[in-house]
Amino acid sequence: MVNTATPPVTTTPVAQATGISKRFGATVALRDAHITVMPGEAHALVGRNGAGKSTLVSILTGLQKPDAGSLAFQGEPAPAHGDINAWRSRVACVYQHSTILPELTVAENLFLHRQSPSALRPIRWKDLRRQARDLLAEYGVELDPDARARDLTVEQRQFVEIARALSFGAQFIILDEPTAKLDARGIDRLFGKLRDLQQHHVAFLFISHHLQEVYDLCSSVTVFRDARHIVTAPVAELDRDALVEAMTGEATQTSDVWSEFSSATAGRPLLSLDGLTLPGVYDDVSLTVRSGEVVGVAGSAGSGSVQLGETLAGLHRASGGATVAGRQIRTGDVPTALAAGVALVPEDRHLQGLVPGRSVTENATLSVGDQLGPFGTVLPSRSRRFAERMIKDLDIKTPDERTPVSALSGGNQQKVVIARALATDPHVLVAIRPTNGVDVKSKEFLLGRIRRIAEEDKAALIVSDELDDLRACDRVVVMFQGRITAEFDRGWSDEQLVAAIEGMAGTHERKGSDADHD
Amino acid sequence: MPTTTDAPTIKETPLKRAAGPSRAPDLARFRDLSLVPVLLVLGVIGFIVSPAFLTNDNLIGVAQQSTELSLLVLAQALILISGRMDLSLESTIGVAPVIAVWMVLPADAGRFSGLGLLPGSFSVPLCLLVGALIGALNAFLILKLRLNGFIVTLGMLTMLRGLQIAISEGQSIVDLPSSFTYLGQASWLDVPASIWISVLLFTLGGAALAWLKHGRALYAIGGNPEAARTAGIRVDRVVCVVLILAGVLAALAGILYTGHYGSVSANQGSGWIFQVFAATVIGGVSLNGGKGTLFGALTGVLTLQLVVNIMTLGGVPPLWNQFLNGVIIIVALIISRFASGQKQE
Repeated sequence: MVNTATPPVTTTPVAQATGISKRFGATVALRDAHITVMPGEAHALVGRNGAGKSTLVSILTGLQKPDAGSLAFQGEPAPAHGDINAWRSRVACVYQHSTILPELTVAENLFLHRQSPSALRPIRWKDLRRQARDLLAEYGVELDPDARARDLTVEQRQFVEIARALSFGAQFIILDEPTAKLDARGIDRLFGKLRDLQQHHVAFLFISHHLQEVYDLCSSVTVFRDARHIVTAPVAELDRDALVEAMTGEATQTSDVWSEFSSATAGRPLLSLDGLTLPGVYDDVSLTVRSGEVVGVAGSAGSGSVQLGETLAGLHRASGGATVAGRQIRTGDVPTALAAGVALVPEDRHLQGLVPGRSVTENATLSVGDQLGPFGTVLPSRSRRFAERMIKDLDIKTPDERTPVSALSGGNQQKVVIARALATDPHVLVAIRPTNGVDVKSKEFLLGRIRRIAEEDKAALIVSDELDDLRACDRVVVMFQGRITAEFDRGWSDEQLVAAIEGMAGTHERKGSDADHD
Repeated sequence: MPTTTDAPTIKETPLKRAAGPSRAPDLARFRDLSLVPVLLVLGVIGFIVSPAFLTNDNLIGVAQQSTELSLLVLAQALILISGRMDLSLESTIGVAPVIAVWMVLPADAGRFSGLGLLPGSFSVPLCLLVGALIGALNAFLILKLRLNGFIVTLGMLTMLRGLQIAISEGQSIVDLPSSFTYLGQASWLDVPASIWISVLLFTLGGAALAWLKHGRALYAIGGNPEAARTAGIRVDRVVCVVLILAGVLAALAGILYTGHYGSVSANQGSGWIFQVFAATVIGGVSLNGGKGTLFGALTGVLTLQLVVNIMTLGGVPPLWNQFLNGVIIIVALIISRFASGQKQE
């Protein structure tokens, strides 16, 4: 849906950058880049990992100084570098990582470091709360200013961040992947809020890897590739294929890349769940995954799908039966699950996936300690060969195998996590949002790599709410509020699946053939 | 945004670019060696300050005096690498020998009367067992009850010190079983046994950290315990073993110290924990876990001990020792910070 509520057109752009260049050492981060955002416009900025988006954001917000080029806000040149207040009154930014302090109240978060007008004036809490209430009301956010920030939901925190960012008087806000941590419903509410703000002539620069969101929210789009500006166009004039082509520099047809992987004849059952229950999270889940199959488990944040995946890998102890390759496994113990042949790509690579300070080798071989030498020894030569094979297999871009993973880009870090899971040569790979934060090209590559597991007569379970991930699956089961509510074979439409994920489908809509849990 | 990209157009200086990222891991490797030049400089200074410095007797003396501290540093380094800390080690070095000796000495012996439960030859295993039990108690409180490790071990430090004073009635214990003092006094091949033991343990520990999967697991646990658990490492079990091992090492240090000086003094080990932390951190082990090597930690101990030795030989008034010790710790920290080029956060 293209936004139709275009506010009256004024000719002065709210932000305009021209001829921006920036280098970091020998790396060129931006070369002669430009972007123009008009008042009240929702402008998308897209590009692959490393295209220069983040650098542009830090230049637009005054965090970095460009080597060359000029920057203007509402027709006036940008404020002096370092004049934080002047910058904040022109451009607001909500970053990928939350900057809300969880232990403070909403009111204090909103007015952080400006709780009182001068350093020696004591804070008047009553006034602060009133100001906070006014500010929240202005943006239509219904929140108690006295609530602790840690008790808020992710999207409520985001609203607080947006309100705080805009409260400095800017009419232009940059949103850097704001939907990454939200479920579908949260995204809807965020978009509703953003459209409201547009009515108030606030302009957006919206950065996202989800191209669908670009089409849903934005009226124009700018594509960056390899540190330079490629194209700016109204979204209506740039269809999905053209957009992907602009991002990757090569023609692709995204329509159905997976059709060539015709679901081969499913073989023997590799994973069967019989009435698996984790109290309060999911209930009576039964599912059979056969060799040669990639099964998607779709569900929103509260559906229990992520926890189901984690249970299989041994992170939660559930009641009911789980059998892997004919062996009954005890849930709640990771080494047991690994021994049975279940490997996990965890949901959050920073939290559960990587040891940031350690090398690519160590991270990739974390789960295969016993294959690297006799009697529990780890032979450096063998680990290195192992890691080199992984780097080649998954096309991980790293200076060498000793580089700490924290030095890699997000997409390559995710590849290391997937490498670690594949290293154990599992019967069943459980991948939770395997393409999280990965650009569109790597996404295809990783999903293709997961599909190859099925071709090797193993099985994979992709737990995700991203349609791109689910499209790679042979069939998709949908979980809603802890139960499997629907099942789709290949060929489902986006609307059907989204409706089922949102709980708008009854069990009678199930089209599956071998759902054995009635 | 220095991310990798495969577009040839933006690699203007491919050679430089290739050299850039590959230097980082190399620096990280040399971090463990950052105190080696300092040790060499200290050697030269010592040579200038006093002709007695570069003699066998003096160097072996320094090494022997380092052994007890170095065992505590070994223990602390293992714990820090796995992302925890243990303050109670400095009390274990005193209380473990006292309890062991108390249980074996006869009730009517001289100044200090024990329980006489077991023959004197059991004193060494008993002492190590006490160390293991202390480590196990720490592990229980930290891992089972999920209490804050810093405060738990701070409490244990105070409690164990008090226990030692209560049992020994605040006095030094001098009549010790001969088996108990053997390790601290014996010389093998003209070198004190305690040096052999320390070298052996550091070698074993270093090899385990480098080439055993359970050793590598310590780095993963210290770096990101949740990721380690997801990867199939039994985090709690490994940390528990490390804490117990640390207790045993501290008890062994107690045995060496007791043997060396021929008695268990009432304040044995008191205040050492600061030296232990200083040596470990100077040697490149991160307080945040997941980083460092035993070799680095060992160079930390040797640096601190050499400085004290040189000051003694140089005739620095002993009243200034404590002040200078503090200065050395900070200077060494600054040197290792800039020699390695890494921030110590």
